[in-house]
Amino acid sequence: MADLDTFRAETKSWLAANCPPEMRQPMRSEKDACWGGRNVAFQSPAQKQWLEVMAARGWTVPDWPSEYGGGGLSAAETKVLKEEMAALGARSPLMSFGISMLGPALLKFGTEEQKVHYLGQIARGEIRWCQGYSEPGAGSDLAGLQTKAEDAGDHYVVNGQKVWTSYADEADWIFCLVRTSTESKHKGISFLLFDMDSPGVSTKPILLISGNSPFCETFFDDVHVPKDQVVGEVNKGWDVAKYLLGHEREMISGMGLGGEKQALGAALGPIDDPLLRAEIAAFDVDSLAFAAMSERFIDQLKAGASHPAFPSVMKYAGTELNKRRHGLVMAAGGSDALEWDSAGSGGGKAPREWLRTKANSIEGGTSEIQLGIVAKHILRLPGA
Amino acid sequence: MMTLTDDQIMLQDSVAPFMAAEGAIKPQLRHWRDTKCKDGFGHALWKQFAELGLTGILIPEAHGGAGLGMVEAGVVLEEVGRNLTPSPFLTTAVAAVRALDGSAQAERWFSGIVAGDVIAALAVDEGKHHDPSRVAMAATRSGNGFTLNGTKQFVIHGASADVILVAARTAGGPSERDGLTLFAVERDAAGLSVDNLAMVDSSKAARLTFNGVTVDADAVIGEVDGGWIPLSRALSAGRAGAAAELVGVASGAAAMTLDYLRQRQQFGKYIGEYQALQHRAAHLFGEIEIARAAALKAAQLLDTGDERADLMVSVAKAKAARVSALAVQEGVQMHGGIGMTDEHDIGLYMKRDVVLGNLFGSATWHAGEVARLSGY
Repeated sequence: MADLDTFRAETKSWLAANCPPEMRQPMRSEKDACWGGRNVAFQSPAQKQWLEVMAARGWTVPDWPSEYGGGGLSAAETKVLKEEMAALGARSPLMSFGISMLGPALLKFGTEEQKVHYLGQIARGEIRWCQGYSEPGAGSDLAGLQTKAEDAGDHYVVNGQKVWTSYADEADWIFCLVRTSTESKHKGISFLLFDMDSPGVSTKPILLISGNSPFCETFFDDVHVPKDQVVGEVNKGWDVAKYLLGHEREMISGMGLGGEKQALGAALGPIDDPLLRAEIAAFDVDSLAFAAMSERFIDQLKAGASHPAFPSVMKYAGTELNKRRHGLVMAAGGSDALEWDSAGSGGGKAPREWLRTKANSIEGGTSEIQLGIVAKHILRLPGA
Repeated sequence: MMTLTDDQIMLQDSVAPFMAAEGAIKPQLRHWRDTKCKDGFGHALWKQFAELGLTGILIPEAHGGAGLGMVEAGVVLEEVGRNLTPSPFLTTAVAAVRALDGSAQAERWFSGIVAGDVIAALAVDEGKHHDPSRVAMAATRSGNGFTLNGTKQFVIHGASADVILVAARTAGGPSERDGLTLFAVERDAAGLSVDNLAMVDSSKAARLTFNGVTVDADAVIGEVDGGWIPLSRALSAGRAGAAAELVGVASGAAAMTLDYLRQRQQFGKYIGEYQALQHRAAHLFGEIEIARAAALKAAQLLDTGDERADLMVSVAKAKAARVSALAVQEGVQMHGGIGMTDEHDIGLYMKRDVVLGNLFGSATWHAGEVARLSGY
């Protein structure tokens, strides 16, 4: 414990000395996040500096091994770092699907060459990744995907279409599920990585009910992909996909969705309507309790004591709570919260965020899919 | 860390089989209910608690106790809840011990509690809803001590208790925290009448009438007019403990229900094959996990003396009560007709839940506390 106390003291003073003041302000929206990538446009010199100093210490990915660009910290040290960052109000230096989703899959399934090559780039924020999973005909039934990769000797030729590809129009590379065999539904899928600049790749943003376009349709027309860009074994990509989905659910449930340590009622200001106040108080009970479970989940995960299907519990509960949170923000906002693009409403911040949250319980596996996973893998109910 | 330590897991590993065997529904709850026991629990079992060191779990080692904390008490209470084990553990070994701790009265009662010979009760509520600062019961100075006049209700084990810890007003207005004083009153004190009542779950709680009950000055726990301090210590522990017990009730009901979903067939299928029930069972599972985490967090914050402890205790009590109510409701519904029979145990979970849900403040009362403590 003495070592951990020393680490905490050193971390606290390092953060205080190195985190630029601008990076200690709360993020106003997803747009304030630094996503890195080849075409990164830093919002400020401070944002660039913060990414660079953190990446230099491996602290964009504190618990990854240092040989792959990580910080090499233990679980306990990682927790201390996160606590000290939170205490300072420090923003995350890098938002990245490479960190939260692809990285863990590469660490588990990648070859040594793949780990060395890709993980370092991810840690430094040099490559921005997107995820090619869902297809028009394969949503909840993800393994029904049809995008095919045909063996052409030293490379694959990929044809097909993905949908709901987050930020595909801004991403540099994609990790993508493709069909390499039609003999088996689940055992005919492979996990491919390729450059979005490859000839034959095109993207088209999808306008959502929130008025934003964070997702795209992504089209592949005879895209050539070298064979060493398969992760894991050919036709065993479903194992990689499931592992990665677990991390995606962890990420979605860990985004502070639903459970936050600050009571919603305290953030909203005076609430005159006693019934609304009561609903908010009931929400805060659920939300603060969920925050305790998030903390417990992470501790159990790091201790290797978490059920592999538990991210589904977290994802379901967290996303449903987040929808409730924004429903209450709308209720408390009254008609002010109905304005769509006025300056006074911050460009309709409240209704747009509220509408955005409706996707939380759809993306990454719907709430119903998560409940089915819990029923089957944790509760072991018959026929599930 | 929100994982149990090795010692806490060892405690769980020893208490769980003990409670499942000795504290089971048939030899305890049903037995004492059906024989109309005046205590509502068995003293022999309470002695076994003592032999395992559980009665003194929170009592400092200097007084012969185990000197452990609320996390450990919660580990025990979850097993108590899972088996619906009737015992004075929550009110005597947790709430009353926390009230007495550090006071001169601790000397008098702790050794008896450790030995399993003393039952202590907490007399706070005066109305049908928990509201601990609303105390009308008067304690007026007389001679070397005080004279108590007033009534209390929902005093768990009030008729079985050797000592009753009573909140009375020595100063201040009807809903003020200042001016309360906590007294240790022996149950056989002159002027104290005890109406022993069976609750819906067959536990016993008393209505007490204090008619000129006199106590010496040394009956005061803590300071005169400063009773809120030991009282709130007792209530925080009682609430966090009740939350842990409710998690046990919910878990026991859910386990019984899941077994039923795997065994019962209708339309030629196990009813657990129907997605309508699978999703509800999965939802319930998650809710119980959330309640368990909240109860653990509250216990940890109490044990470390964290300033956020009161907020988290109310979160935990409110959440655990809601979740347990869901678990027993789903339990009875999914059992169908058999769930409505006295013969089946699932209904006993429903009865225990409603009593524990009200004890030391209901879910709605604690949601109000969450709002108040959060400043809205």
